[in-house]
Amino acid sequence: MSAISSYARALAAATGTAAPIATVRHVHLSERPLVLVPLTLAGEANAPLAALVGTSQADPTLLVVPQPRNRDLRFAFAADLAAIVLPHVLGFAADAEELANGSRAHDAPQLILPNPAGLAFLRLFGRSTRFRATDGDYAVPPSVPLLGRWLTFFAERAEIPGSSLARAVTDLLSLHWATGQSALEDANLAAAMGWIDPPPGRDGPTSARLAEDPAHSPPAGPTTDPGFDNDILAPAIAAYDAVTDPAALPTVLARLRDVLRGQLQPTWDLVWRALDLLRQLPPGASVAGRWETDRARYTGFHTYMAEEGLPQARLDGAVAAARRLNRIEQAQSAYDAERAFDDPLVMADHRVTGEAFQGTVVAVDRDRRVPNGRGKGRLVTRPLLTVRTEDPVRLTLGTRVVASSRRKQECLIVAIDSPGADNGAGADGGRSATGAALITLEAQSGMGRSAAPAPGSVPEAGETLCYSAVLADGVRSVAMPDAADTPWTHGGPPEPYEPNERDTAEVWD
Amino acid sequence: MQNRRSEQIRGSEQIRTEARLDLIRGSAARRRHDARTIAALTRNPGCNRRAVLDAAGVDKDGLSRHIGFAAPFGQSQFAIIRGNAFEARVRNDGGTDLLRLLADCLGFDLDPDGSPDDPPGGLTVVDLGASAEQAGGVRPAAENLADRLDRTVAALRPDPDGIVLVAHPLLALPVGGQDVHLEPDLLVIRPDGQFHVVEIKSFPVVDGQADGEKVAAAAVQAAVYVLALRRMLHAREVRPIDPPVPQGTVSHDVVLVCPRDFSNAPLATRVDVRRQLLGLEHQLTRLATIEALLDDLPADLTFDLAAGPDGAPTRPATELTTGLDLLDARYTPDCLSTCELAFRCRHEAAGRTAALGASVREDLGGIDTVTEALGLAHGTRPPAEDQAEAAERLRITARMYAEALAGAPHRPVGADG
Repeated sequence: MSAISSYARALAAATGTAAPIATVRHVHLSERPLVLVPLTLAGEANAPLAALVGTSQADPTLLVVPQPRNRDLRFAFAADLAAIVLPHVLGFAADAEELANGSRAHDAPQLILPNPAGLAFLRLFGRSTRFRATDGDYAVPPSVPLLGRWLTFFAERAEIPGSSLARAVTDLLSLHWATGQSALEDANLAAAMGWIDPPPGRDGPTSARLAEDPAHSPPAGPTTDPGFDNDILAPAIAAYDAVTDPAALPTVLARLRDVLRGQLQPTWDLVWRALDLLRQLPPGASVAGRWETDRARYTGFHTYMAEEGLPQARLDGAVAAARRLNRIEQAQSAYDAERAFDDPLVMADHRVTGEAFQGTVVAVDRDRRVPNGRGKGRLVTRPLLTVRTEDPVRLTLGTRVVASSRRKQECLIVAIDSPGADNGAGADGGRSATGAALITLEAQSGMGRSAAPAPGSVPEAGETLCYSAVLADGVRSVAMPDAADTPWTHGGPPEPYEPNERDTAEVWD
Repeated sequence: MQNRRSEQIRGSEQIRTEARLDLIRGSAARRRHDARTIAALTRNPGCNRRAVLDAAGVDKDGLSRHIGFAAPFGQSQFAIIRGNAFEARVRNDGGTDLLRLLADCLGFDLDPDGSPDDPPGGLTVVDLGASAEQAGGVRPAAENLADRLDRTVAALRPDPDGIVLVAHPLLALPVGGQDVHLEPDLLVIRPDGQFHVVEIKSFPVVDGQADGEKVAAAAVQAAVYVLALRRMLHAREVRPIDPPVPQGTVSHDVVLVCPRDFSNAPLATRVDVRRQLLGLEHQLTRLATIEALLDDLPADLTFDLAAGPDGAPTRPATELTTGLDLLDARYTPDCLSTCELAFRCRHEAAGRTAALGASVREDLGGIDTVTEALGLAHGTRPPAEDQAEAAERLRITARMYAEALAGAPHRPVGADG
């Protein structure tokens, strides 16, 4: 939580409708997302029960496993899913641009799940299918392990902050709106949508309460409602198990498909409604850049699958794990910084905490030149700007800041003159309740190469700017050793990964 | 003399408390505390409503249903079937496989002299639970708790020549001044007198990883058993083990037995529950004793549903809600996943910042109600002396929120409030 989002929650609770916490959309939305709403059988280890899947709201495909405990039926479901997912996922790779370091597809597939538990299903289903053997005992069609590797790719990308390749709708909603209930309750897709977009004549709380009643609104899965399991699903599955006459099978299957569609369809419609709602927001300025990274990762994995195509290891080695963690941390800091620059409402959070400030430029020393500090009497251009702000700044001298409208120009804080400075509150660049602070910045970059700054490259007096110290963490971490040089403290060099018997052999009984 | 006298007083107080609790529960059968409810209780130790209702063994599920706030807790028969099937598989062939699994996990040598393929020597399996009854065992049909506790106490002895596995023992633990009975899945007693708690759970461990929430819940549950066992072994309360087991120690390492990957093959994992034990002991001592809570309540308070001949409650729901209002609840959103009365308490907590989550309340400066917090933020309510700082921050937040929305190039959906 943050000050702004908590305040917005209070507003929402008071008004009975959700309050926005973003003014732009921070996620890329595909023209043709692949939406997947999975259900699993309670108690089993990620055993698929049914799914609605497709790229258009009007035309979903319903997949059903009539007896989820049956291993062959499970993998038949995987093959059916692969027949829908793989053509869609692979289809984007053909249209690519050639870059210096390889090719990059112009667009990439996007998977949309209802909630984080749906993403977890994706990860586990990828794990349970990617090692399957295509010959020998319990052979599966070649598309099944291929599907597993792709699902694993998507599930792993979903852990990277700012990636849009695979997202959960509830996460996307709570990134843009605050409801008048707790974050825990927001995990219920129907309840969150009830606050954000209640049906006519109902307010947020009323629709959220209705959404919690499984009879009125089936859960978004993958776990099903126990009442549905006991009263409807169990008899339907038992009827399937009891079939001895093949002629009776279609009726029994139709019944199962009917009841499962009834559980899935409401969630399916909600997901698309949520996507429509998100589409109404204009994309943030840096969304395209992050999607470019996603497209590159997608193309890279596609190439890897075409060339080597080994399944991802069960566990990362020490070096691979450390690298991955590092990537996640860097992506997180870049994502946080970009979102704030893209969106004044996100920036407002940093302004409340004093990590950013908005103000008016009151003085500019545009042509200031100072020795570069490396001797020889050479001078560099270092204009000084003085910004007047009423924000509660909590930054110290020497902090690097960047303005949201001038992202290429880094500045250093060289002086802080705040009215509260001499009554003891000023150690951290403090402020007083009444007065404004004057902050002097030294521009470091983004002014061109000549002695005088390029026209327009330095802010002018009277300009209103918002400076933030929340910046992408540019510091590279210590270089990781090669996997082959993993120190003994971390288990020594890992065995070179090869899929082996242990991966494919699975005790089943 | 002094001692005996105070014991007598304590005894009569206990009887009085029992009578009060029986009245509160009414004619219905007593719901027993179990490790899960204790874990839930310690997560929210300040909730007096829950403390009293649980101590009295009130059927909170039936109560919440009758007053129109039915709890969404049901268990799918598929989950129950799978759980039972897995437990049966783990226990089959007299526990030999299970013992090997535990020996590997806990690192003890089964039989130093024999080859690993020989059946382990000196294994005693004692089943004190329902399955013994099914197998035509010695358990009398209408055995009371005290007898069952006696049998457990008699069985909890190390065997110098081998391992003892005790299935479904009955343990006792004082909680908030009441004795609570608990039934762990399994205990392992090593020849040197070291006890381990074993829990059989049917959630899968895939590549060494399991659902964090489920592991956390299982660990707290196991910690409750460790605590109960320790008190029985060492402290002279509830039901001390007599004669004492001199070398008896209860390990803080418990074992979770779960299905491995996507199969039904069992996998034993050792879990250190020291952190959970610390938390539990702390919370249990903080739990207000029931006597003190009861003293503040009217003597005729009861949550009897007055079930009619068909089992349906006949008591007017309003009488029950009036009764509930006398019991202080401390609602947090976490309650929704643990307590049957959570919907009712959430209803009462509407408009309170705590109902939005603890961190939201904190962000709003710890102000109690939404109206008050917004009043301070919008300057329509003068802050009390101790609210000055919070009010200042709320005002800044509100100003920046409004500024950012006004300056937005696009009016966000839902921004017309």
